[in-house]
Amino acid sequence: MPLVRLVNVTKRFNGITAIRNLDLEIGDGEYLCVLGPTGSGKTTLLRLITGVIKPDEGEIYFDGKLVNGVPPQERNTAYVPQDYALFPHLTVMGNVSFGPASRELSKEEAYGISTRMLEMTKLAWRAASFPNELSGGMQQRLALARGLASGASLLLLDEPLGALDARLRVELRYKLKGLVKEKGFTAIHVTHDQEEAMVVGDRIAVLRHGQIQQASIPFTIYNEPGSIFVANFVGGANFLEGFIVERSQHGSWVQLRNGFTIRIIETGYSTGERVVLAIREETTRIVKNPRTKEKINFFVGTVESASFLGNCTEYTILLENGDTVKSKVPISLRTRGISIGDRVYVHLQPENIRTYLYPATGLYKELEAV
Amino acid sequence: MPSVRLVNVSKRYGEITAVEHADLQIEDKEYVCIIGPSGCGKTTLIKCIAGIIEPSEGEVYINNKLMKNVPIQDRGVGYVFQEIALFPHMNVYENVSYGPIVKGWDVSRIRSLVEEMLNMMALRERIYDRPDVLSEGAKQKASIARALVSGSLLLLLDEPLGSLDAKVRTMLRHELKRMVKDLNLTAIHVTHDQEEAMAIADKIVVMNAGRIVEIGTPLELYLRPKRLFTMNFVGEANFIVSEIVKRMNHRTKVRKNAAVFYSSERVDFEEKKVVAAIRPEFVLMKKPIEGKMSWSGRIETMVFMGSTVRYEVRTEDGELIVVKRPFVSGAYEWNVGSHINLEFPPESVLLYPYPEAGLEKEISIE
Amino acid sequence: MQRQQVVTKQKISVFNFVAILDLLSSKPWARYLVYVSSLVFLFVLILTPPIAGILQKIGLFGEIYKTPDLLARANSAIFWSFMTAFVVSILDLVAALPLAWFIVRSRSKAINLIDTLADIPFLIPTAALGYSTTLFWSTGKGISSLFGVESLVPPGFILVLLLHFAFSYPVIVRVMVGELLGYKEVYEVAAKTLGAQPFTSVRTVTLPLLKPALVASFLLAFARSLSETGATVMVAGAFENGPVFIFNNMDREGVLVYVTSLLILASVVTFFLIRLFAPRLRLSVKRAWPSFERSLSSQVSVKIRDTVTIALFLFLVIIPALWVALPLMNALGDGTISKALGNIEPWNDFWSSMLLSYQIGLISTLTNIILGLPAAVLIARKRLGRLTPLLDALVNVPIIVPSIALGVSLKFFWATYEVPEFWVLVLSHTTITYTYFVMSMAASIESIRPEMEEVASTLGAKPFTIFRRITLPLTKYSVFSGAVLVFTRCVGETGAAKAVVRTLKTVPVLLVEWIVQGKVSPSESALGIGFLILASFLVLLVLRIVVRGER
Repeated sequence: MPLVRLVNVTKRFNGITAIRNLDLEIGDGEYLCVLGPTGSGKTTLLRLITGVIKPDEGEIYFDGKLVNGVPPQERNTAYVPQDYALFPHLTVMGNVSFGPASRELSKEEAYGISTRMLEMTKLAWRAASFPNELSGGMQQRLALARGLASGASLLLLDEPLGALDARLRVELRYKLKGLVKEKGFTAIHVTHDQEEAMVVGDRIAVLRHGQIQQASIPFTIYNEPGSIFVANFVGGANFLEGFIVERSQHGSWVQLRNGFTIRIIETGYSTGERVVLAIREETTRIVKNPRTKEKINFFVGTVESASFLGNCTEYTILLENGDTVKSKVPISLRTRGISIGDRVYVHLQPENIRTYLYPATGLYKELEAV
Repeated sequence: MPSVRLVNVSKRYGEITAVEHADLQIEDKEYVCIIGPSGCGKTTLIKCIAGIIEPSEGEVYINNKLMKNVPIQDRGVGYVFQEIALFPHMNVYENVSYGPIVKGWDVSRIRSLVEEMLNMMALRERIYDRPDVLSEGAKQKASIARALVSGSLLLLLDEPLGSLDAKVRTMLRHELKRMVKDLNLTAIHVTHDQEEAMAIADKIVVMNAGRIVEIGTPLELYLRPKRLFTMNFVGEANFIVSEIVKRMNHRTKVRKNAAVFYSSERVDFEEKKVVAAIRPEFVLMKKPIEGKMSWSGRIETMVFMGSTVRYEVRTEDGELIVVKRPFVSGAYEWNVGSHINLEFPPESVLLYPYPEAGLEKEISIE
Repeated sequence: MQRQQVVTKQKISVFNFVAILDLLSSKPWARYLVYVSSLVFLFVLILTPPIAGILQKIGLFGEIYKTPDLLARANSAIFWSFMTAFVVSILDLVAALPLAWFIVRSRSKAINLIDTLADIPFLIPTAALGYSTTLFWSTGKGISSLFGVESLVPPGFILVLLLHFAFSYPVIVRVMVGELLGYKEVYEVAAKTLGAQPFTSVRTVTLPLLKPALVASFLLAFARSLSETGATVMVAGAFENGPVFIFNNMDREGVLVYVTSLLILASVVTFFLIRLFAPRLRLSVKRAWPSFERSLSSQVSVKIRDTVTIALFLFLVIIPALWVALPLMNALGDGTISKALGNIEPWNDFWSSMLLSYQIGLISTLTNIILGLPAAVLIARKRLGRLTPLLDALVNVPIIVPSIALGVSLKFFWATYEVPEFWVLVLSHTTITYTYFVMSMAASIESIRPEMEEVASTLGAKPFTIFRRITLPLTKYSVFSGAVLVFTRCVGETGAAKAVVRTLKTVPVLLVEWIVQGKVSPSESALGIGFLILASFLVLLVLRIVVRGER
């Protein structure tokens, strides 16, 4: 039985629908990442689960029991808001023991639990400090310890790493996931950082405009994105517009801008249908001199720019038909001798191309990442 | 002529030292990024250049003129604030035209200049909106536009993309660089995001605890950093405390317990105790019978990251080595629990003398 | 800062009581009860009596037309109330803002001295200020001797202007200092990086951003000028503004009804008009004059401005306020003090008035705290949704209306119920000070992010637990300063205290009588004022200590 279940939940604020007909299930012990741009409704979703706000429509179940009318203090969740909301007038110990104290544990029990939590988050040595004396990373751990000490095993984390430096974020996300898994907690971790989601999530639910676009394991989200938005938001891709010109039982041909044709493996679209093709940058290969005789899906272009990203170099190539594509070349396979201005061949293998119907609202809107 | 020159600049607040002995030279039309952990002094440094803060020691030169007792408004430096700081009571047009207006430029000229800039930034339709109704991205762009239009040739940017989602940041940073280059400006861009810096900087300045640690191009800092801190800060790295066995002309032989490997570096320091460092994407994993090294281990964890897979390998003597391999679409190369042999290509192994204060302290970013 | 201990489950009665309250607070009906009683208190005891009181006697409105000269005087008094208030407030803004700027921005060594001096007028109740002002400007014992005249500024309109200017000045300074301290300098710095000279950046960026605070200060000064009675009566001479006119005509009901109802109506309308239109005033930035504005920002210009400002501050505000120290010294030396401490006539009246004032002060303060807190929460957390601005406006009514006008309507209302004078005094003082407490608490609660209370509830804390362990500790300073504000206002109130009852006299009423009717010697008046000052000094000292402890 899923630990948390949302059924057809809708929430409105002042005429704006923040969450719309949302269905979601989170299993016991699962680490779910809710990934989406700012304004997609991630925080609202968490607050609905904590009980701090109530849904306008739909039901929320904990362990099979309806909790719509249950106030937050009885739902037993550990909520860590975006800026932590640490109590500035209480010490570290005071913050952590707030939960146990509110649940009327005896002094010894409350102290014991709090101490254990502080040891687990390596903050025991700062028990007498005040929140404003701690570093960003320590404050984050304090917020976590406080939530866990209340006895909850369901963690609701709103951008838990958002306030930290990029490098620290990378280091701490592994530790965060490790801690949660070690203790067997269930976590719903909300973020706008897709790399973070891919790394920590057992499953990822992509949220946009208050609706879940796709919920699946990282592998599936990345390799089988269900929509242009997901393909772009998670991992990024090259997008080419065109329409179907020929169909056969082995694949189809798509005509791109200015006469280029490209072969895809899809067979389900009708001739004349307008489509969008998505190819990941790392599968967009650059070849200086194609040796193979087969010229399917080789396109000529000029290298416009090169960006060194650390573990790879990103080349931007202007194809002869006017389309622009980017290619990520890993550092370990660093192709020698590709410079800006070079004339190269871009190879787009059919099995790496995903096809989508051209969106009614236009391609630009879908790529806006909003 | 260097655009900006800092000579032995320090800034102290009582007992706290924000910046110490900073020497820096930035050439005309360069795009420089200053990176470092929170509190390392990078914001203080550019505020000294802008004149918002007076250094306790040292000199600041802009275009070879000494900036002593020169107030902010006379330095001709455009500044983009971390908190954006668009004037809340003015709309986008009034904000962006503020610089030229207070400088007394011709009104009609101001109008066309501002409209052109807003067109470039795709903000034209927001021209009469107030900041409180703009999205974060629009606010950020407006704040950058305001600094660009002010006519300054030197631009200082403090986390200009700070408040944006990860995805939007990656899209906007190239636009930012392009505009600065199109306008022939010199830019000093402060950020905590080293990936952002590497993507757009001509030159990167790494700071830690008030000091400049290292300066170099993105390629240099990633592939051949001179300092351990840089190695850890600019990307992930494996650090193996080992000892030098033999120094040769073209390479050095290094040993960690039973594992022996080579570095193509020639070391010129005396110490035997050394930190060998290698980036996760250069570590090779081979089947147990292959491999030129004999450092075997077992894959402990595996994380799918999209275009790469991140492995954590526990060697037979207890070390944890992080490996990143490109994900070749289709199947995983390895599984959790697989036994493999690690191989370190010598050109990717960097050697550093073991730091006095200890390895943890040296590379700490908290 | 205190260290919070973990709550234990011991069986001490106090903790049990708190635990019961905690438990009750999780029941929706208990919470509704608390909020509803608070609203009932507001409507039934605060808002209804003055409105009903006036409406009861509204039939007498036309009586004044039978006496044309009284009518003329009444109309003139109302007009001059507003005129004085308006002129004084503008002058105060112009004069006090540079001083606030000096205190916050200057690097001069005189800042600490000026900052402390700026607090002094708060120590002095307005009744004392009236006396002091008269001494300084109008009698031979003040500045007049310097100019060789009997009385440089005799009692009348100009003296009223000087008085009102002096007592509103420190309020504006404090509000603007607070605002400037919290003001984000980054906007000014941004303006400078864009090339704006300091003067230009202040004109185009800082002042517009300070507009809400400037408007609020203006309204505060305006309200005080409209309302102040005791001191104004002392310095008015033949001049009459609204409160003075009422004070002089306490027995003519018809006249009272006319003036009171017009004053109430006019002040409410004026305030709402100002609050409505002030935010729309826009000062757009079309042009700048770089070289001219650079010269205005120069060191010389700044020095001139600062000198003039401080001089005005010293000669128009501080020195006149402290002038009462002279006769006070005399009184300490000439034996009056032993008479006072020996409770000899007229001092027995004085001490019973002091006791009365303090009793009223204490009860009003406690009542306002207990019944005002829920209202503050309702406003701060917008629990009433769209009705919140309405509640906000209603809560502000008692201070918009001149207190003596309020007192008159209350007299009409309570007279029909035969309530003992003491309780009428308590009720009226509570009404007048209600707004101060509620609004200051509301602002303070609003500044606490709702996330903090939300997180506390997810950790298992019931509403009352959250209130006492999170909200109150974080607003402790406001609770205390709000209470002090209410208390000192109560003790200093003259107009309503005079209007509302016949026999009982609070201390300010007594002192005004002493001074205006000349029944006692100058030494005795001065000493009475002195005791009053001492008492308020002690109260404010306690506040200072608590505040410093917080920091």
